Amino acid sequence: MKIAVCVKQVPEGHSRIDPETKRLDRSGEGALNGFDANAVEEALRLKDATGAGEVVLISLGPAKAQDALRKALAMGADRSVLVTDDAAAGSDLVATSYTLAKALEREHADLILFGQQAGDSDGAVLWAAVADRLRLPVVSQAAEVRHADGKLTVKRQTEFGYDVIEAPLPAVVAVSDAINEPRYPSLKGIMGAKSKPQETVSLSDLGVESDRAGEQGSRTEVYALNDPPPRGDSKKIEDDGNGAQAIFDFLAEKRLV
Amino acid sequence: MTKPADFPPPFRAADYIAAPSDPPEERIEVGVLIVGAGPAGLACAIRLGQLLEDAPELRERLGEVPVAVLEKGKQAGSHLLSGAVVNPRALRRLFKGRKRLDEMPFYGPVEHESVYFLTRQNALRIPAPPTMKNEGNYVASLSRLGRWLAEQAEEAGVMLLPETAAEKLLISDGRARGVRTGDRGSGRDGQPLGNFEPGSDLVAKVTVLAEGTQGHLTGVALDRFGLAGENPQIWALGVKEVWKVVRPLDRVIHTMGWPLRPSAKYREFGGSFIYPMGEDMLTVGMVLGLDYRDVELSVHDLLQELKTHPLVRKLLEGGERVEWGAKTIPEGGFLALPKQLHAPGLLICGDGAGLVNVPALKGIHYAIESGALAAEAAFASLQRGQTPATPGALSSYDDALKRSFVWKDLYEVRNMRPAFGRGFVLGGALAGAMTASKGRFPRRDLELERDADVDLIRTDRAKSYPAPDGKLTFDKLSSVFASGNKTRDDQPNHIVIRRDVAEDVAHLWERMCPAQVYEATETGVDVTPSNCVQCGAITAKGGRLTPPEGGSGPEYKLT
Amino acid sequence: MNTLVFLEHHGDELLKGSLGVLSKAASLSDAEVAGVVIGSGVRALADQAGKFGAAKVYVADDAQLEAPLPQPRVDVVAQLVRDKGIDTVLFGNSVLGADVAAGLAARLDAGVNWDLADLVQQDGKLVGKRPALQDSVYVDVGWKFEPRIALFRSGSFDPTEVGGSADVEDMTVALEDFSTSARMVDQAHEESEGPSIEDAPVIVAGGRGLGGPENFTLVEELAKALGGAVGATRAVVDAGWYPYSTQVGQTGRTVSPKLYIACGISGAIQHKVGMQSSGVIVAINKDSNAPIFEFSDLGVVGDVHEVVPKLTELVKARKAS
Repeated sequence: MKIAVCVKQVPEGHSRIDPETKRLDRSGEGALNGFDANAVEEALRLKDATGAGEVVLISLGPAKAQDALRKALAMGADRSVLVTDDAAAGSDLVATSYTLAKALEREHADLILFGQQAGDSDGAVLWAAVADRLRLPVVSQAAEVRHADGKLTVKRQTEFGYDVIEAPLPAVVAVSDAINEPRYPSLKGIMGAKSKPQETVSLSDLGVESDRAGEQGSRTEVYALNDPPPRGDSKKIEDDGNGAQAIFDFLAEKRLV
Repeated sequence: MTKPADFPPPFRAADYIAAPSDPPEERIEVGVLIVGAGPAGLACAIRLGQLLEDAPELRERLGEVPVAVLEKGKQAGSHLLSGAVVNPRALRRLFKGRKRLDEMPFYGPVEHESVYFLTRQNALRIPAPPTMKNEGNYVASLSRLGRWLAEQAEEAGVMLLPETAAEKLLISDGRARGVRTGDRGSGRDGQPLGNFEPGSDLVAKVTVLAEGTQGHLTGVALDRFGLAGENPQIWALGVKEVWKVVRPLDRVIHTMGWPLRPSAKYREFGGSFIYPMGEDMLTVGMVLGLDYRDVELSVHDLLQELKTHPLVRKLLEGGERVEWGAKTIPEGGFLALPKQLHAPGLLICGDGAGLVNVPALKGIHYAIESGALAAEAAFASLQRGQTPATPGALSSYDDALKRSFVWKDLYEVRNMRPAFGRGFVLGGALAGAMTASKGRFPRRDLELERDADVDLIRTDRAKSYPAPDGKLTFDKLSSVFASGNKTRDDQPNHIVIRRDVAEDVAHLWERMCPAQVYEATETGVDVTPSNCVQCGAITAKGGRLTPPEGGSGPEYKLT
Repeated sequence: MNTLVFLEHHGDELLKGSLGVLSKAASLSDAEVAGVVIGSGVRALADQAGKFGAAKVYVADDAQLEAPLPQPRVDVVAQLVRDKGIDTVLFGNSVLGADVAAGLAARLDAGVNWDLADLVQQDGKLVGKRPALQDSVYVDVGWKFEPRIALFRSGSFDPTEVGGSADVEDMTVALEDFSTSARMVDQAHEESEGPSIEDAPVIVAGGRGLGGPENFTLVEELAKALGGAVGATRAVVDAGWYPYSTQVGQTGRTVSPKLYIACGISGAIQHKVGMQSSGVIVAINKDSNAPIFEFSDLGVVGDVHEVVPKLTELVKARKAS
């Protein structure tokens, strides 16, 4: 079974928004997005279960993103494809999903996995957009994935509890962090990662027209950065026996009880 | 009063020594293994890479991975912290003909410098002591320099292995064989969790220990091979912050005096530094010898106090703290050096060996030089017909070190730090005499006393620590957060200490630790290991730090 | 503006989140706002929509639409957008809503801004307000072209009943093959144990100030009364008072419930970053200088053992009446 995992590098530590570009400052060393580690782990488990197959990592980002990919390769993925191109900078969901779909088309994977959420909240909900472009079924918030005879049975976690959804392969699944505990790469894995195939492709390699990517290909834009609205006056009172009542009234006023 | 040495930690070096036990096909073999991606380790790696460029046959013989560097932090630089003002001498030599100084990640040459003696309200400018002149030196962030050196090492074909702790020293037949890396994925009680990954035996022909201050395996090796010198090592604790500021600082500043107390009875040796980092940042730090006596001393809080001084406050006005960190500095100098820095199959470099010039506040260029010399010795010992494991095969390292500027510098200033054990005024006078005589005075070397052996006293010093306001001054937990530390909570405790200690010792540790790891309780002390930024202070004052799971701890970027 | 609001339902009620977005849409524009209801046997929901500001409700009622799966809904909404010239489509965040919004964006090549806390008309443009970097900064985001898609943070708007009724228009549904290849085998049942900490609208959390593990019952009682989940700080989890799965903070979970009640919690930054974007924060702590009072909306300096049980009683009494 061939599994493609879409992974993303996110800035390590405290993120900041670059006041000039108004976008997330990605200049710091990056780490593998935590949620993508769950996706890589799930791909590896599914591959281990079938005993054969390939796990390929797909990513869109600057050249530095190779570091995050290497970590995932160290976990056991087989190879990686990094789409890196200056013209792709500033891509929004429309542009990113278009580019990723093009990269995924080349792979003809049986299963495409995403981590549920990017730590820098830039890539949320990408999977549904990619699935639509590829015309594949999509299931998100997967807390459990079982595979048998070309069919997936997925436990989806929603606000109301767990659904059980079946989808035929090929399919797109976004996994939640409840699905597994990602493995630590073994030392052998870390050392072997360097010699695994790490391909870089440009937008033109994928056939992505320049007006479909980057800022040009984006349909949304950023205008300005502002301070958040003030939280409102913070009140502090001493409990003289009425503390509980004060809280209750406060909550009632805000229609929280 | 008690002292920490009354409660020795239940640490046995033998627990951290093992023979290779993985079956041969699981064992990982490399040519030269370097533990620590700091300036010493990376200089060693880079120099080896250079030498191997012209020795293809040896390179071939060393196998698929001729040189590997282990780093316990998330990446190179994550655990590196210093002032720093760097003497470029060793970097020039290492990169001769390959890189120019202006290609290295410095914040600029030192253009002006001032030394002040502080009182609570005032700052008296005093002439810089001759040992402290910084003309020709460069301001740097050691963390950032480390990242750059790591890039150079990787370009030279070195394999860097971050998030990997070296837990045990592999020894068999009386020689160092490599290290065993630490397990990952263990729970609080040491039980394996779902994603448990055992460590591996990493075997090498030569093992270089470049672990920095309080090097874990360095301590084990000194013990096992009987390399310890006559004097114990002593340390200082440095706590620093990096600030974004609105007005650029145009000079390198050092201060002495307040908030430290000059009287000999307190034994408060140290001072502060404020260095510019480009146009919009600066770093401010406080350094204090850990032979202090007062249980109530907290270097973290002394730094907060320092920032309220008018001189410092003005520099930080309108600015914002962006990073915080802490680390110990070996201060014993020449007198605390081990008897020798090599053993069969083993070399020791950098801060782990104690190669720091305290009066000049310099250690980085010695680390780099020692790393390069270690590389040259290792390279020579691997030539056809040589075996690095024979006793004495690596002695050329010690010889080279003794002929180098490292030795000369350290010898000259060898008695200065110990002199300050006698208090600021007398110490200052003694230091002056030492400088003037270029180290010939005193004729008989002073002796060093272990930090943990110092008698404790208790004063009301803590009364004047400022309450954190979250803008200029901060509490310890906020500082731990600003170090980038997000260590997993349910790891085994990596700090070896007695828990049933006397109240004074528990209280000492609670104040001492800049990361709020220790808490005095009714029965002794409680430990929150996930706060630990691995500064090493506990090892100096009665405990023993060992490396936690690889990747844990701070994630320094600009320290 | 020709606005369409995606109205999600569960059982036979429209979700509060959807109604909130509907109310917001109605207040934003003079033009009429439409809603779309999709499912099987859902026509009655159209009336509810009318009460909250929808002038028109499109109903896509088909057995194939019964299960709450996203892709058939993308087909329906895309068809509506094309047929009716919709220029703005609004969603309240939910597992389903997010997937539909993103799928729709790809289908129409339409810009989508998500995680919005507000939407305003500014200088003749529609501008979304998006919190970023743990809510420390608000980014003004917009759309270059129409149609525009917006996905709002859950609980951003309160539903306001304005009365009124909507015109109902039934739709003929045409679904893509790939949209119907996934099928629901078993739909979620109500959880019996109360909400999980990730989804809970209310979290009551306990810290060291509780004094001991046995006092967590106070926290549990209040959580139960409010229909919420129990949270814990790192300190008490380290001490073994409560399980790690409930830990809120930098090395635990990040939560943003509508209401967070912190009992005996000092508010160290490691905890703060895990809950600071909660809607309303109430803190009870003996120590007047505890940092938590700096970012709580209401702080009570007092003994948790006294305040919490009393509050629980008051809540229970209100629920009973």
